[in-house]
Amino acid sequence: MNPGADGSPAPAGVPSLGPPPIGLGGAALTADLSGALWWPARALMAVADLHLEKGSAFARKGALLPPYDTAATLHRLREVILRLQPRIVVCLGDSFHDTDGPNRLDSGDAAALTELMIGRHWVWIAGNHDPEIPAGLGGNVSKEYRVDAITFRHEALLMTKPGEVSGHFHPKAAVRFRGKRLSGRCFVSDARRLVLPAFGAYTGGLNVHDPAIAGLFPHGFTAWLIGPSKVYAFPGERLAG
Amino acid sequence: MDAFASAPQRTHTLPAPFPRQFRDWFAARGWAPHAHQLAMLETARAGEDALLIAPTGGGKTLAGFLPTLIDLAENPREGFHTLYVSPLKALAVDIHRNLEAPIAEMELEIRAETRTGDTPQSKRMRQRRKPPHILMTTPESLAILLSYDDAPKLFAGLATVIVDETHALADNKRGDLLSLDLARLATLAPKARRVGLSATVARPGELTRWLSDGPVRLIEGEPGPEPEIAIVTPTDRMPWSGHSGLHAITSIYAAIRDAGTAIVFVNTRAFAEIIFQALWRINDDNLAIALHHGSLAAEQRRKVEAAMARGDLKAVVATSSLDLGIDWGAVDLVIQVGAPKGASRLLQRIGRANHRLEEPSRALLVPANRFEVLECEAAMAAVKARELDGKPPRTGGLDVLAQHVLGVSCSAPFAPDALYAEVTRAAPYADLSRRDFDDVLDFVSTGGYALRSYERWRRVVQDEDGRWRVASKRVAHQYRMNIGTIVETEMLTVRFRRGPVLGKIEEHFIQALVPGDTFAFAGRVLAFEGVHEMSAIVSRAKDSDPRVPAYAGGRLPLTTELADRVRGILADPAAWASLPPQVREWLEIQRWRSELPGREGLLVETFPRADRWFLVAYGFAGRNAHQTLGMLLTKRMERAGLHPTGFQATDYAIAAWSLNEPTDVAPLFDEDMLGDDLEAWMAESSLLKRTFRNVAIIAGLIERRYPGQRKTGRQVTFSSDLIYDVLRSYQADHILLRATRADAGEGLTDVGRLAELLARVQGRIRHRRLDKVSPLAVPVLVHIGKEAVGGAAFEALLDEAAEELAADAMAVEPQKEMAVEPHEDMAVEPQTVLMPGATT
Repeated sequence: MNPGADGSPAPAGVPSLGPPPIGLGGAALTADLSGALWWPARALMAVADLHLEKGSAFARKGALLPPYDTAATLHRLREVILRLQPRIVVCLGDSFHDTDGPNRLDSGDAAALTELMIGRHWVWIAGNHDPEIPAGLGGNVSKEYRVDAITFRHEALLMTKPGEVSGHFHPKAAVRFRGKRLSGRCFVSDARRLVLPAFGAYTGGLNVHDPAIAGLFPHGFTAWLIGPSKVYAFPGERLAG
Repeated sequence: MDAFASAPQRTHTLPAPFPRQFRDWFAARGWAPHAHQLAMLETARAGEDALLIAPTGGGKTLAGFLPTLIDLAENPREGFHTLYVSPLKALAVDIHRNLEAPIAEMELEIRAETRTGDTPQSKRMRQRRKPPHILMTTPESLAILLSYDDAPKLFAGLATVIVDETHALADNKRGDLLSLDLARLATLAPKARRVGLSATVARPGELTRWLSDGPVRLIEGEPGPEPEIAIVTPTDRMPWSGHSGLHAITSIYAAIRDAGTAIVFVNTRAFAEIIFQALWRINDDNLAIALHHGSLAAEQRRKVEAAMARGDLKAVVATSSLDLGIDWGAVDLVIQVGAPKGASRLLQRIGRANHRLEEPSRALLVPANRFEVLECEAAMAAVKARELDGKPPRTGGLDVLAQHVLGVSCSAPFAPDALYAEVTRAAPYADLSRRDFDDVLDFVSTGGYALRSYERWRRVVQDEDGRWRVASKRVAHQYRMNIGTIVETEMLTVRFRRGPVLGKIEEHFIQALVPGDTFAFAGRVLAFEGVHEMSAIVSRAKDSDPRVPAYAGGRLPLTTELADRVRGILADPAAWASLPPQVREWLEIQRWRSELPGREGLLVETFPRADRWFLVAYGFAGRNAHQTLGMLLTKRMERAGLHPTGFQATDYAIAAWSLNEPTDVAPLFDEDMLGDDLEAWMAESSLLKRTFRNVAIIAGLIERRYPGQRKTGRQVTFSSDLIYDVLRSYQADHILLRATRADAGEGLTDVGRLAELLARVQGRIRHRRLDKVSPLAVPVLVHIGKEAVGGAAFEALLDEAAEELAADAMAVEPQKEMAVEPHEDMAVEPQTVLMPGATT
């Protein structure tokens, strides 16, 4: 049941130490198990599509989903921030499920969020669900954020120079193996642009072969699929639709 | 037409208490009523509840309705008089049709109408304004009717509720919902009597209790002659495993040809397609053989049913989709392919043949493998001895209760104490704790979230008198749109590009296809073209070896009673004389090389084979319990340093294999495996997530998605697994999680049965160490290799996939991708495995 329990070595092709690197715009980035993007050289961490207060947004429409998604998402965010110790945190848009989201934050969650922002350069990138972030939330609001040759924005632009990092599409990938279909969230990149998985607790996903995503990578792509305790790199051709 | 009455028997006239037009009508037909019909009439006159148990064709329907017709003839009045509830829309429609004849012939001023999901809106509204005297409906439509604010007025004068096919309702959630609605009706119409109509069951007392919490008169119709059951024993080799019955296809075909009309029952939809195709391949006489199962388009099923009714078909290959339904007088043979899994189930299926009560029903059992021969013998013996089986009475689902409470609030304000008293009158909820009731109410109003309240968006609100009422019309509308206790896995409709819908198939099967792949469905071979707007588009194809979709659910485990009988046969060599030679030989060799499992205790064999050690335990507890046992056993084996690498469960045994030899076997089966290990496994298991999804939909937390329904926005829906994970982390005792655990424990994990097994075998484990595989173990092992691994193997699989990829990259020759075709025997279908944090 445990690979390696019988003493066999780790499978070849998958590094036994740390997640596989993603090269983009001359920077060495890593796909973190949590779904965050980590840029060690700049101590910069990026997450996409938190969709905070999605539960309460649904409740407003009559579906009384457990209101704990914000707490769960912030908890995971806190875990990775404590682990990686970023100086800069970039939230790539759709951080809130709707513009009223920040007003629905309960005091405990608001305090937790504020605490995460202390001592860090926090960037809120505006998304389509949350085009306006209220000033009271703190941090810096922007449509785009540039560091070296990397540009962070919410949704990929069809025509753009290499080095774009974006979110919006909630990519997921599926591998067919031994008659089973194994799927999970993933990062997608072709070394010219990179799309991050959705970080939020209640975020659904779109298969990487859907034209909305595949169309961004006309010459093929690699997906970094997030497994239970490792991240796996698979070429696009190996993935199921 | 003659669902109603039976052939002429005696010519004396009806007894005096019958009104003149009824006596004349019976006399004109030369009929005399059965004893049980008279008994029902007597019960009605006494105002008592009754449960009528009679085989099909026993004139049950007339027995049920006669009192109503007479009462309305003698005391005509307006308003709902009698409610007839059946689990099948088609049955409701058919009974309605049958009732029209006597009503017209006796010129009674009685209006009878049906009300189901198919009834047009205009007609439904009319039924509330001007109620018919008799209404034929389904449990779901009844629930909706009770949710309108005019319900108290509509039902105030109700005299009778007739529940048909009671045995098929009492053991599931649909019955839970109906029993709550019956309790509601008892409050609205305290004088209304209840009548249950049922097939023969093992313990009628449980059924009467389900029907009513007051006294119920049990009336048993004449049992009819003994069914004639035979078992098909093939002359050439019997398969070791597999459940399709294909090896006996020529015998099945011959039996169909020689009969008038036959129903060929199979245990799953996949086998229905396989057997159907196989019969047509040898159908040299061009017999009219049709197909019927739950995934076919409703239109298609109606056509087959109509053709059956007209007598145009020679045979129908069907699943449990035809277990209930209209009587077809012409069916004279029932063929059960694959072991029936239960004696009651077999008897009920046999009952579908021959509705002329004096002639015996004929049935043919076709065991699909050697072990099934024993099961079929056991089933036959049980039916002969009239020793039936059935599930013990169930505890009502809390999710169903939540749906019901919301429905009640839509109709009129209710006081919690009064509603609690009412629902506990329903048998499945008799032991409902006040705490559970309050938690359900809490859930219904604000979701029941302890750490944060949705006050602003309450679904039910309290008035100054402390009574609860639905908060808005919108919530009431949402409730009515989402009624029901049947939840299907995500399905896509299957249709031709420019053509009719053929039916629906589980989404995950379609996801595994690439354009060009062929599969068998709806009796044809189809080529998959692509998915367009939530439908799978297909075209006709010719392929001699198409895949067959496997469907979730459908495979019932062997009942306890049958399992005991099989153990009895195994333990008693004198009983082997009637078995086919190959089966006898198999058991003889088992006795010589190892031993036969006894009636008591647990036989465990261990033996080496191909670099691994096998452990086979003959538990006879059914597939589901063994599956759970396998999970727990391998965890134990892991801790014991045995390095287990997989397991396989069948109805009668669990086989686990490991790198090291299991020497100290008894401690592996210690009862405490049901403690922390079980908890941990259930917490991680995808089984619980699936169950949660069903519970969440029934309880009204999330809305249903119908086959072919468009997603209105890309991220509008997301997997309920995500909700489950969050809820588990933050409120582990939430009412929906409690409901999930209860469901899962009973259903797919069958923990109860496993617990019984373990308790029974403590101190009586017999370990035989063999030097090679035993004959009895062969059928279990044959399955291995068709399935990958069970349990927490997701990561291992991913690792292997990655390794294979690397090997590919480093190999000189490009390698073909390894993929195993899903085999129709697979108990576990390819599933989208979603991990914690993963998304749909």
